[in-house]
Amino acid sequence: MKNVIEIQQLVKSFGKTRVLEGIDLNFEASRISVVLGPNGSGKTTMIKSVLGMVIPNSGSIKVLGTDIQGQWDYRKNISYLPQIANFPPNLTALELVNMLADLRGGNQHTRELIERFGLGPFMRIRLSNLSGGTRQKVNILLAFMSDAPVIILDEPTNGLDPVALIRLKSLIAQKKSEGRSFLITTHIMQLVEELADEIVFLLEGKIYFKGTVSELKGTFNENNIEKAIARILLTNNVA
Amino acid sequence: MYKILKYAFYDLIRSKWSYVYFAFYLLISGSLLFLTGDISKVIISLMNIVLVLVPLIASIFGVMYYYNSREFTELLLAQPIRRSNIFLGQYFGLSVSLSSSLFLGIGIPFLFFGIFRSAEIWNFFILILTGVLLTFIFSALAFLVALQNENKLKGFGFMLFIWLFLAIIYDGLFLLSLIVFKDYPLESLSISMSMFNPIDLSRVLILLKLDISALMGYTGAVFRKFFGNDNGLILSSLVLLMWVIIPVAFIARVSKRKDF
Repeated sequence: MKNVIEIQQLVKSFGKTRVLEGIDLNFEASRISVVLGPNGSGKTTMIKSVLGMVIPNSGSIKVLGTDIQGQWDYRKNISYLPQIANFPPNLTALELVNMLADLRGGNQHTRELIERFGLGPFMRIRLSNLSGGTRQKVNILLAFMSDAPVIILDEPTNGLDPVALIRLKSLIAQKKSEGRSFLITTHIMQLVEELADEIVFLLEGKIYFKGTVSELKGTFNENNIEKAIARILLTNNVA
Repeated sequence: MYKILKYAFYDLIRSKWSYVYFAFYLLISGSLLFLTGDISKVIISLMNIVLVLVPLIASIFGVMYYYNSREFTELLLAQPIRRSNIFLGQYFGLSVSLSSSLFLGIGIPFLFFGIFRSAEIWNFFILILTGVLLTFIFSALAFLVALQNENKLKGFGFMLFIWLFLAIIYDGLFLLSLIVFKDYPLESLSISMSMFNPIDLSRVLILLKLDISALMGYTGAVFRKFFGNDNGLILSSLVLLMWVIIPVAFIARVSKRKDF
């Protein structure tokens, strides 16, 4: 199967702390990969390295076959949903959508998404006056409106109500069936169970497990993911 | 860069602080003009306000804007745009919106007082020009300081110190050095010292233009003797421009290597 992201020997330290200790990882096309790990395990640093926000000390990253070092144009192939939805307070959601569309170019599918998440009445209101949940829906709209083949979601369920959560899950499933690839980080195990084709477990900058949900359960002889992960943490004396 | 600039400007010009800043200048220059009725005197009073206040406001706004938009900057960094374009766009958006508040706040009352029919038009123009240049200079310094300090408190503290140093402490040191070295020829020292402080330099620029010898400090007198009026004006404007260009070049450079 074709790899959309290939990471080789990725090393990153901030000052004296080594956050990523030589990671080798491939993400395949048209799959949902979930990256798990406790706080400080290097999840965000890895994702930010792929996006070019963090500059690695060594190692290489390829997105759709091209090395990303010093590049910026490759980011048109990636959509990103940041963890914190904090936008320019005095712009409206509509202006923000137009801005991103303006920056990215290409086709944008906004109308369908606005309807799906019931954002219609909020599009002309200043972003500072929207609730946290609505802002997260705007965040989702921004991440899904483009045609990018790779979608990276950092804690996508933050602040979502159950209805929006169900809509988000069906949206992810639909985009996957259209051939898009996902890289998701989350703390919600139920979401992992429902969506993940593949789990990557990071701990202290190393990969401790990579495989499917059932492989994870099988390896640690547990019938739910939470317990299996607790086992990884306990056996490595980090919890 | 232009796209980022446009939206940063839209965002900032609608913020309530832009209105407050605009209203402040409107009120001050309006009431000064109304009370004295003497355009030339009002320009000098406004100069003293602008030279201290513009750098302070640009410093505070610059640092605050950078830190407040950090999460949004991360979203922009994930888009297919060059890094330096993001920061330069935000920087110019900020400087242009602050400059518009200043320009309109001072400009509207002067317009009603018939500045275009007055002989003071060029002095007024120099006042606005130095105000705008100081806005660009101190926003750039503030952006640079914020870019290099992850810690908000440190960034704020450091930028306020830069402002305090250039607006107040520098003059004291300047004077002290003139007293200590009074037995030596001081022309070149005082000229080069004022080059290194954009606030002093702006003061010289306005005073040279206003041509008021009573108000000219030592530097102004030396400047005038040394360059004659026109050369002094051109030189000090060029050095002020360098004060914009160099920090902006550093913003582009620092942003390229930074981890977010």
